[in-house]
Amino acid sequence: MVGWAIALHGGAGDIPIDLPDERRIPRETALRHCLDLGVSALKSGKPPLDVAELVVRELENHPDFNAGKGSVLTTQGTVEMEASIMEGKTKRCGAVSGLTTVVNPISLARLVVEKTPHIYLAFDAAEAFARAHGVETVDSSHFITPENIARLKQAKEFNRVQLDYTAPTPPKELENCGDSQIGTVGCVAVDSAGNLASATSTGGYVNKMVGRIGDTPVIGAGTYANHLCAVSATGKGEEIIRGTVARDVAALMEYKGLSLTEAAAYVVDQSVPRGSCGLVAVSANGEVTMPFNTTGMFRACATEDGYSEIAIWPNN
Amino acid sequence: MGGWAIAVHGGAGIDPNLPAERQEEAKQLLTRCLNLGIVALRSNVSAIDVVELVIRELETDPLFNSGRGSALTEKGTVEMEASIMDGTKRRCGAVSGITTVKNPISLARLVMDKSPHSYLAFSGAEDFARKQGVEIVDNDYFVTDDNVGMLKLAKEANSILFDYRIPPMGCAGAAATDSPIQMNGLPISIYAPETVGCVVVDGEGRCAAGTSTGGLMNKMMGRIGDSPLIGAGTYASELCGVSCTGEGEAIIRATLARDVSAVMEYKGLNLQEAVDYVIKHRLDEGFAGLIAVSNKGEVVCGFNSNGMFRGCATEDGFMEVAIWE
Repeated sequence: MVGWAIALHGGAGDIPIDLPDERRIPRETALRHCLDLGVSALKSGKPPLDVAELVVRELENHPDFNAGKGSVLTTQGTVEMEASIMEGKTKRCGAVSGLTTVVNPISLARLVVEKTPHIYLAFDAAEAFARAHGVETVDSSHFITPENIARLKQAKEFNRVQLDYTAPTPPKELENCGDSQIGTVGCVAVDSAGNLASATSTGGYVNKMVGRIGDTPVIGAGTYANHLCAVSATGKGEEIIRGTVARDVAALMEYKGLSLTEAAAYVVDQSVPRGSCGLVAVSANGEVTMPFNTTGMFRACATEDGYSEIAIWPNN
Repeated sequence: MGGWAIAVHGGAGIDPNLPAERQEEAKQLLTRCLNLGIVALRSNVSAIDVVELVIRELETDPLFNSGRGSALTEKGTVEMEASIMDGTKRRCGAVSGITTVKNPISLARLVMDKSPHSYLAFSGAEDFARKQGVEIVDNDYFVTDDNVGMLKLAKEANSILFDYRIPPMGCAGAAATDSPIQMNGLPISIYAPETVGCVVVDGEGRCAAGTSTGGLMNKMMGRIGDSPLIGAGTYASELCGVSCTGEGEAIIRATLARDVSAVMEYKGLNLQEAVDYVIKHRLDEGFAGLIAVSNKGEVVCGFNSNGMFRGCATEDGFMEVAIWE
């Protein structure tokens, strides 16, 4: 029986098992809220492309995830956001990078699909495109949260680029400066007619070089959808690019005949190093899978036959 | 089988009315670049180094659409992008929005070797370039008279294409109707083949690939195409190295370069079968071409566009430079 299915993530990484309640509960609540939104939308017959976009918008607006408001900061203390979206049946796709004032990067990515003959717009030009189309923009200070200022300080003190989930062993005095428990967001959805869509959005790496682009806007790396499945990945961007993660899940299904679950597990186990990646994926048949090779991944999913899950660590 | 192999390209989708002198110039440039690569391979230079040095030559020569001679943005400026990938460990580097770096492919290489990231763009990439001490020039350096003329034609063609009230006569109109072939929505006489690329397998069986471009003539500023996207315009693995050219959006949607390797890895196809497969089945209504080498020393070119500027050579003495089918 083929029904709708949806999965979403709030990032994969080294999320400590002893994550304090005050950091865990708001994120679980957000995941539940976004899942409910997505499920209602699917039940009311909204196309998966619209569903994926609206769920990611919601995640972008939530300050505890690394996308939109709450994005991690570049080495200069600024925000540079990126996103991409893809529709399975048509393979229409859109991506944006280097956004600093656009409230919902995923919606700008969608506009690139709808309003231009191109796929990917970036930096000043993407911002100009947003203004030309009356897309909501705000002063870039809107996106910056105290937690992220602290994370950047911590990362600089350790003088390294830090995956936003890396839990360093800091000297005591830095321990509560930033918990790094946030990450890229994404959503994949399929309806009972097999229409598929994927959407991913992020602020990137803490302390990243200005102008650094990760996997999120690279079609085939962070986002991919075709007639078989829709995939959204999260983790160490450079590894996801090398591993062409999102495309490989679909390619394994297409070229090796693996099932969604087998293909996704294979990619997470074999195509990327341990500790670097997680993904959510749905198939045209209404299956869902959410594998990861990191300590944890903020995630949620639901299918039409009534199954639903909200989790952070394995076998939650 | 075995031994080194190299291929270069200067873009797919060519005006069938391209003057003979231009065709000759293109063949000479491709031959010169192949020979540069061959000399390096015979002195045991590694695949990744050969890819970089050949593409530098293509960028420096104003003939093709990369580095000097790049297609112009809608504002008449040049904005370049490039990517490079080393098959051995699938390390990669890419840049976009480059305006003053003389050789974008070398900047992409530096991103791969000297930065913690894989892809840098616009002012961030330019700052990185300065810190690395690469050769910097004014944006004017990249702009050629030929392309200034082409941009004008492209703008006229766009207005003609979209304004049905203007009859298709007049100078640009005549050009626009010379050939019904279109690439990326532009008449082929005006469309500039998009990229240059090089793929190499060295004597040790290591594969590498690289691609460099100025992008679409009259493009929106900030538009990124397939050339800097790993998996789309460029890909290399233990099995092969691939560089693509043509309609950027079609190549991205098809994850064309990655798919050549994927069908070899997951379906067990050989290089020729893999290239034939992706060109036939993965492009839908798009037009593109690619060059590829395998770790077995094979080299293959494939395209569904109207021609592709290309050249290839193998250690056993085979060499070919061609434009049409």
